Amino acid sequence: MRDFAYARADSRASAVEALADRAAPIAGGTELLNWLRLGIAAPERIVDIGGLDELHGIERRGTELYIGALTTLNEIGEDPLVVDHAGALASACLQAASAQVRNRATIGGNVLQRTRCAYFRAEEPMPWPCNKRSPGSGCAALAGLHERSAIFGWTEDCVAVQPSDPAVALAALDAQVEVVGPAGPRTILMSEFHLTPHETGDPTRETQLGPDELITGYRIPVGHPDGQAYVKVRERASYEYAIVSAAAAVTLVGNQIATARVALGSVAMRPWRLPGAEAELVGAQMDRAAIQPIIESAMSAALPLPHNGFKVTMAGNAAVRALLAAGGAR
Amino acid sequence: MTLSFARQVEVELRVNGEDMRVVVSARTTLLDWLREEVGLTGAKKGCNEGACGTCTVLVDGRRMNGCLTLVVQCQGLEITTVEGLADEDGTLHPVQQAFHDHDGYQCGYCTPGQVLSAVACIAEGHAGDEATVREWMSGNICRCSAYPQITAAVLAAGRQTS
Repeated sequence: MRDFAYARADSRASAVEALADRAAPIAGGTELLNWLRLGIAAPERIVDIGGLDELHGIERRGTELYIGALTTLNEIGEDPLVVDHAGALASACLQAASAQVRNRATIGGNVLQRTRCAYFRAEEPMPWPCNKRSPGSGCAALAGLHERSAIFGWTEDCVAVQPSDPAVALAALDAQVEVVGPAGPRTILMSEFHLTPHETGDPTRETQLGPDELITGYRIPVGHPDGQAYVKVRERASYEYAIVSAAAAVTLVGNQIATARVALGSVAMRPWRLPGAEAELVGAQMDRAAIQPIIESAMSAALPLPHNGFKVTMAGNAAVRALLAAGGAR
Repeated sequence: MTLSFARQVEVELRVNGEDMRVVVSARTTLLDWLREEVGLTGAKKGCNEGACGTCTVLVDGRRMNGCLTLVVQCQGLEITTVEGLADEDGTLHPVQQAFHDHDGYQCGYCTPGQVLSAVACIAEGHAGDEATVREWMSGNICRCSAYPQITAAVLAAGRQTS
């Protein structure tokens, strides 16, 4: 691991000042340390925000649930307020990583994790092209193995996917990301926080977060979804990244869907909401016969690569399962 | 107030009950420091990227990957390694004894991490049934695949503790 200089932030302001001076933030460090080992990041200075207690904790604030950025995935997953009001998020947190990693990993850093694309995760010097690591070099995944790659929002420059589980639940729950920078605080809708290469034309630009901005917490509207679920499909039963995942939140009147929100994970560089299907689901019966054709229709917009056509079917099925589980229909 | 950055950092922490004050390079991981500076080689280096769990130690009682933790992030915290589990007279910790009784290992490389993870798993209340143990012990890989015996050991130690 390359050498760096270190300091502990004693306030948000000192952290933001350090970021503006090109320091990298560390909280849990579960991603950053591996970036340093591989050469994905090589900061001269690292500012430790882990001691900023004000960014830690979970509370109800009126019609919102507030989760501080330094709250760990295990703390969120087992918190009674989260389980009651944001069950999809609790489930997503506990299905992420391992018990050990979840004791370190924070919800602030989690959504900033980089893609698991094996070509991207190579150790320096880069043995193959990657437009995220060496801009302009090309995309080895597009020419090589890409069964885990994107089915939405990709370009020939990059076919990677965002791997976060919690981000998918946060996007489905209409969560807002609270950030602070030199100009003060602002909020960003979670479903718009990540950027696809299709939108930006630049695979190195992955989020709306500025280099001098810090995620301080999340605001999740509570009170309306009757049921929520997070379905993660993976090659092992536990401790594995998703092939695809789906988060759903529904409200029902009788057995009829009143509102539905659904987001897919590991299909694009951001949690992929299905707004067309969400609108069509209103008024539909909460059963497979009604839901499946609506989701299948939405999935016809996917653009699979030669190796990952199966992900279109799998992601659609995950969405159907998540909606049925959220609606209590199973 | 502008922060002062340094490559060498003083850290005060407690390891297996012993208070220590050390100066480390900021980039030193807890795993490397325990093994190479403190001489506690119980925590093993497997993948060195958080995928195998064989470096698991307890930090203020919570299980964590030593390879994903910097020493500088442990200021004021208490570290427990497998060397700190048994009594001074050599009496094994109940979880160690349960692994022994149930043959919860073959080559033994993953065992220190498994044992510490199990201690935490039981303390968290995640050792009530087999499915829960398998889920909450999934962060510790055993390439000899002694999982049935490990699961039995954790369940037995959990019953004994509760």
